[in-house]
Amino acid sequence: MAKCTACERLREKFPEAVRGIEEFRGEILVTVDKGQLRAVMTFLKESDGTLYDLLVDIAGVDSGTESPRFLVVYLLHSMKYNNRLKIKIGAPEGAAVDTVSDIWKAADWMEREVYDMFGIEFSHHPDLRRILLPEDFSGYPLRKDYPLKGVDFDKPFPVCLEEEKGNQTDV
Amino acid sequence: MSETRLMTINMGPQHPATHGVLRLLLELDGEVIVKAVPDIGYLHRGIEKLAESMTYPQALTLTDRLDYTSGLSNNLAYCLAVEKLLDIAIPKRAQYLRVLLAELQRIAAHLLWIATHALDLGAMTLLFYAFRDREEILGMLELVTGARLTPSFIRIGGIAADIPEPFLPRVKAFVETFPKRVDEYETLLTENIIWKKRTQGISPMSGADCINYGVTGPVLRASGVYYDVRKAYPYSSYEDFDFEIPLGRKGDVYDRYLVRLKEMRQSNRIVAQAMEKLPEGPVMAVDAPLVTPPAKEEVGKDIAALIRHFKIMEEGFKTPRGEVYASIESSKGELGFYLISDGTNKPFRMKIRPPSFINLGALPRMIEGQMVADVVAAIGSIDIVLGEIDR
Repeated sequence: MAKCTACERLREKFPEAVRGIEEFRGEILVTVDKGQLRAVMTFLKESDGTLYDLLVDIAGVDSGTESPRFLVVYLLHSMKYNNRLKIKIGAPEGAAVDTVSDIWKAADWMEREVYDMFGIEFSHHPDLRRILLPEDFSGYPLRKDYPLKGVDFDKPFPVCLEEEKGNQTDV
Repeated sequence: MSETRLMTINMGPQHPATHGVLRLLLELDGEVIVKAVPDIGYLHRGIEKLAESMTYPQALTLTDRLDYTSGLSNNLAYCLAVEKLLDIAIPKRAQYLRVLLAELQRIAAHLLWIATHALDLGAMTLLFYAFRDREEILGMLELVTGARLTPSFIRIGGIAADIPEPFLPRVKAFVETFPKRVDEYETLLTENIIWKKRTQGISPMSGADCINYGVTGPVLRASGVYYDVRKAYPYSSYEDFDFEIPLGRKGDVYDRYLVRLKEMRQSNRIVAQAMEKLPEGPVMAVDAPLVTPPAKEEVGKDIAALIRHFKIMEEGFKTPRGEVYASIESSKGELGFYLISDGTNKPFRMKIRPPSFINLGALPRMIEGQMVADVVAAIGSIDIVLGEIDR
């Protein structure tokens, strides 16, 4: 395994929170306990040896049948040490994840997107609304049980139903 | 004392200066913006969801439709992620051609940016000059890829075909004239007093702020932060090329303009080097028969090759279980693909890290407290593409 200062530091500082460290194709993925997320993230951003100051992305994942159902992956980059780290947490259905939007401002929109697509709530988020989909949209499309074509693709538009009833509107 | 009344105005989604279907809700105190709330998603097509239902080679075509001003860069980022997952080596010639094409595409994207940005701020002349050069690049790309905007030309394992003979002479002619063309643009804008008044000191961001908001690309570098994926995590042999990363100081609209102009010059240098050093050899990975389709000539003669061709086109290929993140420096910033594979022939999850989306997240921070007339300058300076933001 490649040298990973952050992993060592995390093991040292949060022995209980670190659930596992994996390496695949040179990328390091640390699975941490959901409850310790904020402490871990603050530590990674601010402590001298790690300084992960750029939050590259947050990805939601629906693992389908596995437990916990949802995963949230944080991709971090350190400007000073020029390396990347992935932090993963598991979130059971219906459980809220602590926001990191006060640690990195970038997380604001990223968390909104995860909420929009997966329905994962972020507690204490300043403005948790749908971001890409319309406000009145029902369902969370990136969940594995959401049909690819949507739930109403084979149903006529409300306008067409009106026309069928004979209430033809002027065009 | 007179009472203060805030006025809310709606900008977009159909607005010529929002570069697509961006809607902004601006709360104004007179002419000063108190609060700005971007509303996006008008162009949402569910690309990440669609990718889960497609095989790896098929999903490539979706990437063209992200940032439609630089299709080849998107192809490259996606292919790098899949190749990382498969752990296959790409021949040097393919890597150099990828760099060459991606840099031409960057110049084309920056030219489109400067043309529309200047137009937004009232400098119309530049549009015609910039489009002349962009047209030349698109013509060259069409010669190679057969398409102007949606090439899908960079494939998993290499590139779809070797370059045709007339391509390199055309690139050569372009590379020689282009620096003079950039000089021309500079005479129109760089010392132009109106341009300076409209851009200097407008919507500044400090380097620390940019990092906090996750901003990447020319906007970040205009604030003086040295971060470019081509240097930080070199891909596709970028370490072989000699180029600089232009930096700004103040992080205002003017600095972003300067950084992008300098970037075009650097890209031009890279194109020249790639052309000069271009090695001979195959343009598709040779040791990955399960991933790369056979050559066209073989398909007509050999039944095994024909079967292989159909198998790859129909079923794709299986990838090892695992998750990878690969990113490139696109013209807008760090474009990344995070792929999770469950061992089947379709991505289990494809998360795109679109630079425009995250850069746009910093727009309220840039324009709050500024004048309403400068909103257009700020939007133009981030260089957003809604296809990538809404996905």
